[in-house]
Amino acid sequence: MSALTETPTVARPSKRLKNTPTPKVAKESPLSRVGAMTVMLVFTLYFLIPIWWLFIAGTKSSAQFTSTNPLWFADFNLFANIGNLVAYRDGVFLKWMLNSALYAGAGALLATLFAGMAGYALAKYRFPGRELLFNIVLGGVLVPATALALPLFLIFSQVSLTNTFWAVFLPSLVSPFGVYLTRIFASASVPDELIEAARLDGAGEVRTFFTVSVKLMFPALVTVFLFQFVAIWNNFFLPLIMLRDETLFPVTLGLYAWNSQVNQIPELRGYVLIGALLSIIPLIILFLLLQRFWRNGLGAGSVK
Amino acid sequence: MSAPALPAADARSAAPRSPASGQARPRKIKVAHPRAIAIFIVPFAILFTLFYLVPIGYAIYQSLLVVERDGTFGKATEVFGGLTQYLLVFQNGPFWAAIGRVLAFGVVQVPVMLGLALLFALLLDSPLLRGKRFFRLAFFVPYAVPGVIAAIMWGFLYSPNLSPFTAITGNISFLSADLVLWAIANVVTWVYVGYNMLIIYSALLAIPTEIYEAARLDGAGQLRIAWSIKIPLIMPAIVLTGIFSIIGTLQLLAEPQVFRSFSSAVTSTFTPNLMVYSTSSIPNVNLAAAFSVVLALATFVLSFSFLKFTQRKEGK
Repeated sequence: MSALTETPTVARPSKRLKNTPTPKVAKESPLSRVGAMTVMLVFTLYFLIPIWWLFIAGTKSSAQFTSTNPLWFADFNLFANIGNLVAYRDGVFLKWMLNSALYAGAGALLATLFAGMAGYALAKYRFPGRELLFNIVLGGVLVPATALALPLFLIFSQVSLTNTFWAVFLPSLVSPFGVYLTRIFASASVPDELIEAARLDGAGEVRTFFTVSVKLMFPALVTVFLFQFVAIWNNFFLPLIMLRDETLFPVTLGLYAWNSQVNQIPELRGYVLIGALLSIIPLIILFLLLQRFWRNGLGAGSVK
Repeated sequence: MSAPALPAADARSAAPRSPASGQARPRKIKVAHPRAIAIFIVPFAILFTLFYLVPIGYAIYQSLLVVERDGTFGKATEVFGGLTQYLLVFQNGPFWAAIGRVLAFGVVQVPVMLGLALLFALLLDSPLLRGKRFFRLAFFVPYAVPGVIAAIMWGFLYSPNLSPFTAITGNISFLSADLVLWAIANVVTWVYVGYNMLIIYSALLAIPTEIYEAARLDGAGQLRIAWSIKIPLIMPAIVLTGIFSIIGTLQLLAEPQVFRSFSSAVTSTFTPNLMVYSTSSIPNVNLAAAFSVVLALATFVLSFSFLKFTQRKEGK
């Protein structure tokens, strides 16, 4: 396990970002510069063309979707399309987006809190069973979430929790990876002397955590939040297996359901496309808002 | 001394544990702040137990049961069947075909994806590029697209009559039985390259630049520095991305499930997880549980041996 526990990228958050780079540049040949730029530009096309195509598709009427150049604008119907999508079936799409935001937002927030507290305790206190607990949690990092979905379904159906909000929400509150990450980060960035000082000032342990340690652990906590948010937002198997009532669906499951009915109801194709476009915007905004955190924090890796 | 509230709490909860306080046996460690520790640990521990340990245990338990009927139409009862389900798993041709399929997928897709991610990260870290910030963002954007949505998009892009690339899709049928696995591999690669690139890139940023000075003085070029200094130093990050990729590969579900509506070549037994899903909805819960357990074990063993293997190579 030591490669996992000793990932240096977490322990020493990028020194070079602060006292910025500009290493003394040995002269690079123009040929390698051109080569490097070419590689990157070609792959930029590979990564962005599908999204560009989706955007263009979202701006077209269904008649023009097949009859005009797929990579360039025709009549600009984006807002009409969005209006139709939102109106379709009493606005079920908006309900899905809200569900996703709730599952992922509230779920990731609580998961981060619980993981942060546990990771902090594992890093800063000595108690019997500490290493055992940490190793069990580390094993949990390697257990794929999809392997848990079926047994969770069986258990939840016995306590009549399937097809409820809680069936998807509760399991997403656990982030073993978050415990692993916050433990490593807390050992490296919350000095024992500071906790001692807080004790001398008369602060309780819990208060010290929330007022002092949380601030020092903030980059790690934001990273855990982002990873958990993305994991829940992208989660497919758990809602697929748990939910029947479409008003509880997250947006991924809703669009999947529409897409598998396109053959029977052709008008759904347009809704799937514009819905797909809208569904990726929140994550892009979140990444842009928090980018200085994920840039540093990503070094710790994540659960796919 | 510390706060008045806490020593009191310590004394109270520590008292029952070591009644002869002061002359506690030397091996017994006295735990400071037990109440705070409990407050920090218990919420996670409960959730982890309920939603990780209990399901794992329950899956193992279910996989050991078989359904017996009195006659053809009799009442079904679950009885202990030992390893019966596991025998069925091992005799199940489609399951092993599915395992073989995802292994073939992983052997090709994971090295391609991580190779590209490493290449991009090294280029971003080299002085060769301009506009690094733009590339970093552009390559990372697909990660914001959930697997299901990415599969739907690419499903359209591959479809001969809807694709913007009819010149290509008219001649190569990406959704045919021969190619659909690799069409899916492309979707997964598209989503995760930028993400892996950033993990590796931030490991590169953590290397202090002074390390390169000597190499540069000796006249080493970028390629030499990358190969002999950077790659060995970022091995842990590469191993991490490798492990997460292995886990992801064996668990393939969303992408092939979506592709079923674009291509009849993707059957309900295409990947192991699809088999779990379709078996459980038949329903044969016990067999599905056994599939799950075997799959989780396989994932664990594969990730773990990958870790050990790469560690041994590093530590030589």
